[in-house]
Amino acid sequence: MATTSITVQATPLLAYLLKRADDALILGHRLSEWCGAAPLMEEEMALANMGLDLIGQARALYGYAAEREGAGRTEDDYAYRRDERAFGNLLLLEQPNGDFAQTMVRQLLYSAFIDPYWRALMTSPDATLAAIAAKSEKESAYHLRHASEWVIRLGDGTAESHRRAQAALERLWPYTGELFAPEDEALVGLVANPPTLRAAWRETLSRVLAQATLTMPTDGWMQSGGRAGAHSEHLGHLLAELQYLPRTYPGAVW
Amino acid sequence: MSETARRAEIWRVAGAVCDPEIPVLTIADMGVLRDVRVVGEVIEIDITPTYSGCPAMNMIALELETTLEAAGFGRPRINLVLSPAWTTDFLTDDAREKLRAYGIAPPAKAAGRRGLFGVEHVPCPRCGSYLTEEIAPFGSTSCKSLWRCQSCREPFDYFKCH
Repeated sequence: MATTSITVQATPLLAYLLKRADDALILGHRLSEWCGAAPLMEEEMALANMGLDLIGQARALYGYAAEREGAGRTEDDYAYRRDERAFGNLLLLEQPNGDFAQTMVRQLLYSAFIDPYWRALMTSPDATLAAIAAKSEKESAYHLRHASEWVIRLGDGTAESHRRAQAALERLWPYTGELFAPEDEALVGLVANPPTLRAAWRETLSRVLAQATLTMPTDGWMQSGGRAGAHSEHLGHLLAELQYLPRTYPGAVW
Repeated sequence: MSETARRAEIWRVAGAVCDPEIPVLTIADMGVLRDVRVVGEVIEIDITPTYSGCPAMNMIALELETTLEAAGFGRPRINLVLSPAWTTDFLTDDAREKLRAYGIAPPAKAAGRRGLFGVEHVPCPRCGSYLTEEIAPFGSTSCKSLWRCQSCREPFDYFKCH
């Protein structure tokens, strides 16, 4: 049977680039789903803008992956022609948007991690990675600020917005353990290692949640699997939409 | 034409390409044009994006190709470079004044964490009043936020520090 799928023989660095790119692509796509449905005009623009930044970051990472793989592939091949099990994004990021509170809490949980992460990656001896990190760090800082402001406003808002923000926090918390999975040992010294950022992440969250009058959930069972390609049911549906056109019309161009 | 003169001429022609979203600024004004290299018959041009996902980059690359071909230099090779990361500090003084005259408040100088998170005092590009307020942190393009002047009541775009 004919297939449009590709399989990547991933070295540790290639696997690393793809999973970081997948994180940015999948969250960027989720944010794009708010287009035409955001609660207010200004937020419509904000969500689309953040989504665009993330998709731009994904393009830079996929582009570098293509260069390192050297198999003549492009960024589009990775985004559109890999199957669900080949995606290595965090489970947190493929979770549905839910209500606005859930979208903003998800954004806060990720931004509070990725912002110091990019900053740490800026000192990588790999010049391309360091450059991508320096670019992305400015954007993630702005996303963190925006998500923090909204979580504070929702948590410290009405009884209803508080209830929804707290519920979103409880629902998404079990997916935060995966943020801190250590990198492949082959990459030590080349890329930042997530476990070292846990304290900074908790510190940012404590500060924002205290101001938001929200309670940080206690760490219990943590769901993982995204990095290994074992996804929740939601990713398949997301990819069906994201990949529909190039899968249905292989080679289609503008 | 000597190699140096040819490079300078290519720089002048390439640098005159306008930003599709802010047509009063050229890519030289913006600091988006980073380098021009002439290696024999091959012309290489480096450009850098303002934001990772800036959709204007594809347009700019296309404009560069057609402009240089029309000027008789042939088709250039366009490279996207990320380092050093673009900052609003790349904007020339001339560019800042062009922005203001166009109705976009120019970014404060010395961008960085302070500019990004400190309290910003943005003068209205129309009446110069400092009695202004932010309406939304994200505006019509990645690089702008939306503001309003409390003196003349006009809304305006602010080219945010980055």
